[in-house]
Amino acid sequence: MMTINALLRGAAASAVLFGMVGCTSQPDIAPDATGKPAAPAGASDPSSPEYFRVTVGDTIYFTTDSVDLTDSARAVLDQQAVWLAANPKVKVRLEGHADERGTREYNIALGARRAQTVSTYLISKGVDVTRITVVSFGRERPLTACPREDCWAQNRRVRTAPQ
Amino acid sequence: MIPSICKRRGGALAQIAGACLLAAASQLSISPALAQSEEAPAKLKDAPAAPTKRAPAATPAPVAPGAPAATTAVPYAGRTSITVKGGEFKPIPVALPRFRAAAPSDEPLAIQISDVIAADLARSGLFTVIGGPPLDSIGVPPDMKAWAARGASALIAGEALLEPDGRLGARIRLWDLALSEQRKQLRFLAAPYGWRRVAHKIADIVYTELTGEKPYFDTRIVFVEERGPKAKRTKRLAIMDSDGENVTYLTTDQNLVLTPRFSPVSQEITFVSDASGKPEVYLLNLKTERQERLGVFPGMTFAPRFSPDGERVVMSFTKGGDTDIYILELATRRKRRLTSSAGIDTAPSFAPDGSKIVFESGRSGGQQIYVMDSDGSNQKRISAGPGSYGTPVWSPKGDLIAFTKRLKGKFHIGVMRPDGSEERLLTSSYLDEGPTWAPNGRVIMFFREPRSSKGTPKLYTVDVFGRGERHVPTPHGASDPAWSPLLGK
Repeated sequence: MMTINALLRGAAASAVLFGMVGCTSQPDIAPDATGKPAAPAGASDPSSPEYFRVTVGDTIYFTTDSVDLTDSARAVLDQQAVWLAANPKVKVRLEGHADERGTREYNIALGARRAQTVSTYLISKGVDVTRITVVSFGRERPLTACPREDCWAQNRRVRTAPQ
Repeated sequence: MIPSICKRRGGALAQIAGACLLAAASQLSISPALAQSEEAPAKLKDAPAAPTKRAPAATPAPVAPGAPAATTAVPYAGRTSITVKGGEFKPIPVALPRFRAAAPSDEPLAIQISDVIAADLARSGLFTVIGGPPLDSIGVPPDMKAWAARGASALIAGEALLEPDGRLGARIRLWDLALSEQRKQLRFLAAPYGWRRVAHKIADIVYTELTGEKPYFDTRIVFVEERGPKAKRTKRLAIMDSDGENVTYLTTDQNLVLTPRFSPVSQEITFVSDASGKPEVYLLNLKTERQERLGVFPGMTFAPRFSPDGERVVMSFTKGGDTDIYILELATRRKRRLTSSAGIDTAPSFAPDGSKIVFESGRSGGQQIYVMDSDGSNQKRISAGPGSYGTPVWSPKGDLIAFTKRLKGKFHIGVMRPDGSEERLLTSSYLDEGPTWAPNGRVIMFFREPRSSKGTPKLYTVDVFGRGERHVPTPHGASDPAWSPLLGK
């Protein structure tokens, strides 16, 4: 057992890590038809996480209350599987998210189902199960926050985060 | 004068009261102690005691915590009381002349205590408060005809002082103006910083005496403080008095924290944090400030709630994308799976007698409310209406289940009987969520998230008939409220 202060000190370190990850997730750029925002400089190394995020595409999206993969989501995941095959040492964390139109508890469970669906798909494409961890943040970490379907659609997502 | 049909309460409530007593005995560190004693009721014809004499410094033998409710007699026809069983009623007008200050230096204290009592009573929605200057003496009967002529049905005569030893003293007499008789006479002693609790206690006594319902003002709320726009929220656990005062923080804002819940019997809170990188259930001891992860699960845990005896925590565990309900025994950390449906099973909440658990499940399509025995057997759907249901919470009285409902793009707080009948929606907005019950089972607190991406959520209360929706002020945004048991002594 740790005291609150000890725990919070540890947490502060992990929050810094999260902050860095967050900076690379392009929260303000809406995905285009391919789900790939414009490429910034520095993403030319095909084994880099930046290349994975920008060129391969690290995030797929879901329709309302659904855990089913759309065709465009499958296309992105196929590319992710190819990239993971080419970079066999990289492990990934699948982060499931939901929009704000459901209760906290339900959305954590829904995000977990979405992340699990992605995990199952990637495994079916040859990614080793031991390279994948799954987590859900429900509706707690929205990318955008307007009360409209186009914003909710961006928040119903699973992000594949290279670790 | 309003006729009363108040009834004594049944077995389930007796158990709740027992739980409250235990909680009361151990909750001193989250709130200052106070002593309360009942003075012999003075009859109208009795010679009044000298009122301005300072009370002896010795603490009177305190009555047992919870005694205010226990000493409430069943009101009889003719007494001033209010029927709060149905949706229709008229608030009871109560006269609350400002408390007397025993000495001029006691005046700020007298004013503060009077104001808090008046705010509590008005906030309940069951009373209108008629103010006035302090009485010349609380030892003699007030001019009941004059107060009745101003429309009052009852009068609270009070006096406040600082004892020579530095403690706060307060005396009250509650008068029934319709019958011209005294209903209650009480004295309180507390640490000076406990003046708010004294005021809440007095409001509780008046509330209980005039409504026949159990009290709820002398309680605390644990909640999640939220700051910043939706896409950049920071959250931390906070605790405050039931009227939104005395906010103190239990965590800093580095982690996501969700759904804190009070133990019914100890100074502990269970909540969800992502401190480890994923949402998991934690236990926080308010006295020692220690927190620890609850149980070892190979995945995420969330939606925790204590059992009524405080010995177990029921929660959701997600493995392989499947979310089911587990129960964890705190002493042994042994866990047991209660549900195994393919759909999402979450948001479990115990019945007050511990025999059943209500939860939400998506096993039949959209989320619906189910009830099962506390060992996981006899799982039965109880909700039947359109829309989807979530976060069911069993009333401490046992008679109702509060829930969040999504219907046609809006969110509502509602209640239904434990068999699913008599569903009624109490509130409506873009996002109302997360009901929690006042310990008397009559008032529900919840949070409301605004449509706007910039606004933060706010806390509200509403009664079980949907009346008197009120904002509970907090310094910043607030969500996920959970009501404590009565604090007791």
